[in-house]
Amino acid sequence: MSLKRILILSAELVLLVLVFLLIVGPMMSLLLWSVAIRWYWPATLPQEVGLDYWRQALGLEKSLAIGAVSIVPAFLLSLSIAVTVVAITMLLAIPAGYALAKYRIPFGPAILFLFLMPNAFPQQPIFVNLLGLFTRLRLAGTVPGVMLTHILVGLVFGVWITSATFRAIPSHLEEAARSVGASRARAFFRITLPLAAPGLLSSAVFVFITSLDEFTGTFFIGLPFVNTLPMTLYSSSGYNMQFASVIAIILLVPSILFMTLIQRMLRAEYVGGMG
Amino acid sequence: MPQLTLRNVIKSYGRNRAVDDLSLEVREGELLTLLGPSGCGKTTTLRAVSGFVGLDSGHIYIGQREVTDIPPERRGIGLVFQNYALWPHMTVFQNLAFGLQLKKLPAGGIRDKVQRGLSMVQLEGFEHRYPRQLSGGQQQRVALARALVLEPDILLLDEPLSNLDALLREQMRFEIAQIHKQAGITSIYVTHDQTEAMVISDRIALLDKGKVVQIGKPEELYSSPANRFVAGFMGTTSFVQGKVEQSRGETIWVRTPAGLSLRGRGRNLRDGQEVAVAVRPEHVRFLEAPVEGAVGAAPPPEEANVFPARVVRASYVGELIDYQLDLRGSSLRARGEVARAVAEGKQIRIRLDPDNLPVLPA
Ligand SMILES: Nc1ncnc2c1ncn2[C@@H]1O[C@H](COP(=O)(O)OP(=O)(O)O)[C@@H](O)[C@H]1O
Ligand SMILES: [Mg+2]
Repeated sequence: MSLKRILILSAELVLLVLVFLLIVGPMMSLLLWSVAIRWYWPATLPQEVGLDYWRQALGLEKSLAIGAVSIVPAFLLSLSIAVTVVAITMLLAIPAGYALAKYRIPFGPAILFLFLMPNAFPQQPIFVNLLGLFTRLRLAGTVPGVMLTHILVGLVFGVWITSATFRAIPSHLEEAARSVGASRARAFFRITLPLAAPGLLSSAVFVFITSLDEFTGTFFIGLPFVNTLPMTLYSSSGYNMQFASVIAIILLVPSILFMTLIQRMLRAEYVGGMG
Repeated sequence: MPQLTLRNVIKSYGRNRAVDDLSLEVREGELLTLLGPSGCGKTTTLRAVSGFVGLDSGHIYIGQREVTDIPPERRGIGLVFQNYALWPHMTVFQNLAFGLQLKKLPAGGIRDKVQRGLSMVQLEGFEHRYPRQLSGGQQQRVALARALVLEPDILLLDEPLSNLDALLREQMRFEIAQIHKQAGITSIYVTHDQTEAMVISDRIALLDKGKVVQIGKPEELYSSPANRFVAGFMGTTSFVQGKVEQSRGETIWVRTPAGLSLRGRGRNLRDGQEVAVAVRPEHVRFLEAPVEGAVGAAPPPEEANVFPARVVRASYVGELIDYQLDLRGSSLRARGEVARAVAEGKQIRIRLDPDNLPVLPA
């Protein structure tokens, strides 16, 4: 066997192990836990299965016995926060990303790098400071306060991805449009924007998922009145594995849906013709 | 077709003057080439005309209309880029139709114009292809058609053939020249390729460091270069250094350090001035075996500019042989027929045509 073949095989093996450990394993375990009525150590499979927790979580049934509550209000709240956050973030990120890509902004790249820091460094100190500010502005514990926090977090990814997208589109394409009589705005909307659409969409999905999953900021700013789905998840994860598993799966659904959508978009016909 | 005028155009990037007080007139229906080495300011000049580069000072006129402060989309200019710049999300038809739709032409009229544009560049039947489904040459034809369907006042082309392979490039030169003749649009063509400029241009403006060094018909620049830079840029040229020994009108005698006396043509030169004699390969003639009995005698008048030389290198390049000669310490390029090949190391006699030897300030 050649060295190349061995290398390829070992890479495949590592990937397989990772996929099982990080994706398939947890998913299976989540699915099992979400339907386990009784599952005591050391049994490999639950002793009793049923959809009690699912019915409870989806608000189809009400009983106090199993410690689960309807997550429908939390889900709707999370969803509406995420949708609003995506809309506002993209409205800000598209022009900002475009400007950073096409014009020389003093210290532009440095500022962007600075924005990325909260994600490389622990976020807690930033959110604690933000809480001080938001309390004075009477935004602490409110939905707009939480949205604003999510927008701040989302803008970082949003601006990074949109500016990279716009930078990848040759400016000659816009210039060619202007040479045939299109105004600056028309050239942007008819040429640059459609070409940027896949990148902008992935940026939007990223922001959406970030908002949907966001915990730390929501915890600091939203407590105790804003109960998003991750908040419910974390508060139940310690004592109620079944309920936590149901929420985790529900949180995954929109992410998977959007990922599939992106995949489709990225494979769309014209992307291959760029550059 | 209006003419295009640039008056005292200056554009700097930091301390670097990309276009340095450039004035230029492109006549009605003419194709003028901006020729020059990379970085001499061709693209910047073109982008100033198209409106994507603002001027530090100066004026640009299309016909009588000053366009210096008018945005690109209202200048009535067609552009062709080196990398084609076709819109990848639109078909060939949509690429050509976009500008016509902006003009609010009726759909039928747009279809007719697109058809005519495509037939001009011989791409009928390609309407529904996407740019990525076309070869480089086809893409550049579409780009040309896209600019032409709008019947612009001025057509600007920035190295449109540079991305094509050598064979296609040569073929497209003639095609573009043909299309230009047919459409008769006042055009500026940018290239760094001297041969391309010679083939395609009505006139050439040779640029160096943001200034026009010489402007004129291709043959004028070739046969009467204004200075050493022009002579060196237009075609293969060898230079023989020397001092002006004597001059009579435009006839100049130059003495080289090795003691040769060359006769050429020049203007505004002082006796004793350091000069360079520009020698083109085609003006170096190989003489037959040395004339018997002429040793020591003064050569007859028609035998002026006859010198002994040594063949340093002879390279077979297909239809002819490319020689490097040594003329008493000066290196000369020459060409010869394959049938009369001269071996390396041979001593020969050459004659330099005195009517085609520009003498230029060194
Ligand atoms: N956007 C720019 N920023 C800074 N310098 C530039 C810019 N565009 C061109 N230059 C400089 O101006 C000079 C002329 O460039 P250009 O017009 O592109 O030359 P050419 O097209 O003849 O190769 C070069 O020295 C180039 O580096
Ligand atoms: Mg250039």
